[in-house]
Amino acid sequence: MTETAARPNRFAAALKEALMAALLAFVLASFMLGVRTVDAPGGLSYHYRPGLLAAAVAFVFFGRLFLRLVWWKDERSTPKLYSTLTEGMAKFTSGWGRFLAPAVIIGAFVLPFVASRYVLDTSILILTYILLGWGLNVVVGLAGLLDLGYVAFYAVGAYAYALLSTHFGLSFWAVLPLAGLMAATWGMILGFPVLRLRGDYLAIVTLAFGEIIRVVLLNWYTVTKGPDGISGIPRPTFFGLQFKRFGEHTFHQFFGIEYSSMHRIIFLYMIILLLALLTSYVTNRLRRLPVGRAWEALREDEIACRALGINTTNTKLTAFAIGAFFGGLGGSFFATRQGFISPESFTFIESAIILAIVVLGGMGSQIGVAIAAIVMIGGFEVFREAAQYRMLIFGLLMVIIMVWKPRGLVSGRMPTIFLGSERKQVSGDLVKEGEG
Amino acid sequence: MTDAILKVEHMTMRFGGLVAIDDLSFDARRGEITALIGPNGAGKTTVFNCITGFYKPTAGMLTMTHEDGSTFLLERMDDFRITRHARVARTFQNIRLFGGMTVLENLLVAQHNKLMLASKFTIGAILGIGGYRGHEKEAVELARFWLDKAGLTARADDPAADLPYGDQRKLEIARAMCTGPKLLCLDEPAAGLNPKESDDLNKMLLGIRDEQGISILLIEHDMNVVMGISDHIVVIDYGKKISDGDPAFIRSDPKVIAAYLGVDESEAGELAS
Repeated sequence: MTETAARPNRFAAALKEALMAALLAFVLASFMLGVRTVDAPGGLSYHYRPGLLAAAVAFVFFGRLFLRLVWWKDERSTPKLYSTLTEGMAKFTSGWGRFLAPAVIIGAFVLPFVASRYVLDTSILILTYILLGWGLNVVVGLAGLLDLGYVAFYAVGAYAYALLSTHFGLSFWAVLPLAGLMAATWGMILGFPVLRLRGDYLAIVTLAFGEIIRVVLLNWYTVTKGPDGISGIPRPTFFGLQFKRFGEHTFHQFFGIEYSSMHRIIFLYMIILLLALLTSYVTNRLRRLPVGRAWEALREDEIACRALGINTTNTKLTAFAIGAFFGGLGGSFFATRQGFISPESFTFIESAIILAIVVLGGMGSQIGVAIAAIVMIGGFEVFREAAQYRMLIFGLLMVIIMVWKPRGLVSGRMPTIFLGSERKQVSGDLVKEGEG
Repeated sequence: MTDAILKVEHMTMRFGGLVAIDDLSFDARRGEITALIGPNGAGKTTVFNCITGFYKPTAGMLTMTHEDGSTFLLERMDDFRITRHARVARTFQNIRLFGGMTVLENLLVAQHNKLMLASKFTIGAILGIGGYRGHEKEAVELARFWLDKAGLTARADDPAADLPYGDQRKLEIARAMCTGPKLLCLDEPAAGLNPKESDDLNKMLLGIRDEQGISILLIEHDMNVVMGISDHIVVIDYGKKISDGDPAFIRSDPKVIAAYLGVDESEAGELAS
């Protein structure tokens, strides 16, 4: 009875909403789709495309109408697809979820022997971002300190390897821990002055720090060669064996196999895979130790931490240092993979992408970060054809995830210790994001 | 038992032109429950914040004395050092639990300093040396002890924010106790509790005093709690002490009645008699 009474009303409301959406689409699309500049003799001229504009507006109008009438039947109930998806995901993670991680890791080790060069190159890139995401996750996800300048540590690691290897001939394996330590030192140097800051203020200072490092690299010509960058960075060796076609002590000669350029790629892939797994292992270990619990407590409530006798200064510094350490490892790897680095590789957009991976994946969740890195960096590659629309698709994806799951893909938090035998997650709604 | 665990002497706290605490002196005696009461805005929480180092008093001396005779001047210490070394623990008026962490995790975070040493500042534990596991087991046992006291053992693995209000209050006290304090400062522990819950709270606090031998300093508006369990009451109004004594004395002190009812002292005297 009430339904029949409500029906015309509902249709009118849907129509009104669709009209509004169409109007918005018209305003936005009239510049982006309706007008196109073309090269004409004597300068640029306009080329009008009313048909395309009309099609876009009509699509938005009918699409919105359809959604309103068919999809969102009741305004208050959540869409069916959403609830089935969430339930399905929860069921999956509680049932098959525990076999997922080992399966993925085994798959990751098998991958290089079956994949093509292109897939492998992309995987190396994705793994680099997974490593960086997991590193930043310590700072942002666990300790709740918003860091917009993470790329600075990545740069420190990269330049540390590039300079130490080209000037002093140190090998990749010797520099790797050093680069991590140098980045960690810079993490502490950044950490000290900003410890009193919180939230937005902290974000701005870290942003500035990232830029300072880049500008120094750009202008300190005598050491960093400025915008020219550093080239001829040595490749990593396998216990002293080089991946070259000719020369002494080469990998294929030692093992008596045919030379293949894939060997080096597979080797690089294995290095970054192991580095990423190390990051994951160490972070998981730290979470279960007092320092990790203190990070999470800091994210939840800093004042309560101080009332419990926790030195929040040291706790924040360790979070900064450990996050930076992993960033430094990633940077070293980046330098040795590319063979060439310049300040251009360490712009703010890199920090933003890494932060986006952490936020979209779900702060504090390792699996979520890994999925987000695969989707985002892999997505970049998949949509390489549609280069023009790449940022658009990327932005759309972020908006969708933030509407659908505002706390990231995997928002729940797994407690670090249990008294009983049942292991259940803490709902993401209860976990605080931290104020910086 | 008359020795003071905490001596507050001539403490003054100014915020700009506002004098929140004005030359306040009182003692909290060892092994006793001392209540700090007063009308709203009298400066009770400010006293707490000065004792626990969240504010630095403008003037005055706060001396904490342990049984072994070692003394700590609280006005000179950082807030987290007060908990760590002077062994003063506190709870908050608006509960400050780690809501997204489980009840058990909350109690383990409270044992941070002890566990940090046991984990050799993380390095030992990550390399698997130094027997961290055993220390963690002990910490879990201590947590379990306080969970039993608070009646929260069944909910140990639930997130703290999921607990009902009364249980959150109890958990905050249990968490403060896990830091191993000598003096426990409770800021309105009975606020928002129903009569049964506040009776439970009374039992818990008396247990802490009698079984653990911990001195308690509490701010409270619930007179059932204050009169029921306090050994000694300090009344302040407008940042000044107006009365100090045992519950029976405070109950009949005209100055206290005047402060609470907002009438002149002479009238209050008549009311009391």
